[in-house]
Amino acid sequence: MHDTFPQTVREVGRESARPVYQLRNVSKSFGNGAIRALDPVSLDLREGTFSSVIGPSGCGKSTLLKIMAGVAPPSSGSVMLDGKPVTGPRREIGMMYQQATLFPWLTAVQNVLLPISIRDGKAAAAARLQEARELLDLVGLAGFEDVYPRQLSGGMAQRTSICRMLITEPDMLLLDEPFSALDELARDFMNMELQRICMSRRATALLITHSIPEAVLLSDVVYIMSARPGRFEEAVDIELPRPRTLEMMTTPEFGAYVRHIRSHLDEGGFSS
Amino acid sequence: MMPVETSSLGRPITVEPGDFPETVWSVREAWIDRIPRSVAMAGLLIVVLLIWWGVHHFEIVSRIILPSPQEVGRDILTVGANILSGGYMLDALWMTTKEVLWGFFFAIVIGFSLGVLVGETTFGEKAVMPYLVAIDTMPKVAFAPLFLAWLGFGISSKVALAAFIATFPIVVGTAAGLHAADDNARMMFRTLGASRWQTLIRMKIPTGMPQIFTGLKIGAVGVMAGAITAEFLGGGKGFGELIRVAASQLQTPRVFSLILYLSVLGFSLFWSVVLIERKLVFWHRSTVTGIDDRH
Repeated sequence: MHDTFPQTVREVGRESARPVYQLRNVSKSFGNGAIRALDPVSLDLREGTFSSVIGPSGCGKSTLLKIMAGVAPPSSGSVMLDGKPVTGPRREIGMMYQQATLFPWLTAVQNVLLPISIRDGKAAAAARLQEARELLDLVGLAGFEDVYPRQLSGGMAQRTSICRMLITEPDMLLLDEPFSALDELARDFMNMELQRICMSRRATALLITHSIPEAVLLSDVVYIMSARPGRFEEAVDIELPRPRTLEMMTTPEFGAYVRHIRSHLDEGGFSS
Repeated sequence: MMPVETSSLGRPITVEPGDFPETVWSVREAWIDRIPRSVAMAGLLIVVLLIWWGVHHFEIVSRIILPSPQEVGRDILTVGANILSGGYMLDALWMTTKEVLWGFFFAIVIGFSLGVLVGETTFGEKAVMPYLVAIDTMPKVAFAPLFLAWLGFGISSKVALAAFIATFPIVVGTAAGLHAADDNARMMFRTLGASRWQTLIRMKIPTGMPQIFTGLKIGAVGVMAGAITAEFLGGGKGFGELIRVAASQLQTPRVFSLILYLSVLGFSLFWSVVLIERKLVFWHRSTVTGIDDRH
């Protein structure tokens, strides 16, 4: 069996912090078990920690995220969030996707308020208008509140979608390659923003990414997955001081983490 | 950390001065593409009118079949005077306008509802859609005698055929529009816990607006054809009847000028839809950049 990780839940990050997410033997298969998308996964995400999942395309990362977000049921296993099973979308979860997915008929601030307006109605959204404006201001979009998405650059659109995630004040952030469509410079900037936001809110985050440096830069622990069927191979604790800075990416320690993760991804048959 | 100070790594960019010729591109645009739009349109009209005049003048076809441009021009003024002075032609135009507007109204209500049924529910897609496709492949004008038999020779049979023809493009446009939303948007609404109704109203319908309006524009053209066809076949007091009578009396100039006034009605309807689309779907590329921004 996999004595490295799957069956024994590793205590990582801030050991004292309470677990927010608890997954036990969560698996997913399609076609009556004929196609295994995700082999049993067990892991704990502790409050205020930042975790990343890295693995090749088609390793079931997005499947895992959908199960955690409560939009797809697991084939087996249990998914607990704050001690309650996840059987549908939950208010304490905020999500970001690869695409900003802003709606072109809404202004930036209306896009930010969309989650409130859907969950609690238009009056509730109107009441939080000031807050939404302040959030946009915080990510450097002051003056763009009433602009339509077509006038925003890719980075600005993605910053708007961060605000849309934050307006609901989620304790748990699920991030599905949120910055992979951005250029390198914008991406570095956004990653630093993301760290600042997570630290200031003590939010728990799970990031799915293809970028090893990004995973190392942001995470307390990086989970390495292998493909077909998706399986958690190893957890790597990143013991770099916080707050992390972009300069850290040039240190030997950082390079050692990146090398280690890359070699393990290669072992898992990562061919590209 | 890095032992090298980063600022010492760069160097100023210095090159030998060169005595090269200016890099000038000669972009040649064909003369036909440089004609301004208004000149091109007017020019083309004049050419067509000249050919028309020539065909008439040299009697290449019988003068009974093809009147001269001057005759048609005079008749346009006659008909215009009749309409403006509130004559019988204004009543006829108003009758046809009513048929077209009512027909379009029913087509929108029925077409949109069926489109939502087909695009949103599995029942609609599996059970209703095959029948709609089957009816859509039939020549709908062939239903005109049925509508006349059922609804009589009054306005309602014309409205029915006009609506019948215009409904299908609206159904197709609406159903296609509801499928236009991408997976990201659907996923987002699901994670927000949006209800089916909310997802439909706040995401799928707005996303599908461009396709819905494409259906409406096709429908706006079809509704005219439906109303006029029904008048041809079922009489009544509309413009179609005037055309039929004029044609039977070989008053070809009158037929031409009546068609011109009908096209003004069709054009107004079409452009009303386009203007509403520009207002509602202001965010879509197709409405923001028109066909005329090449120059």
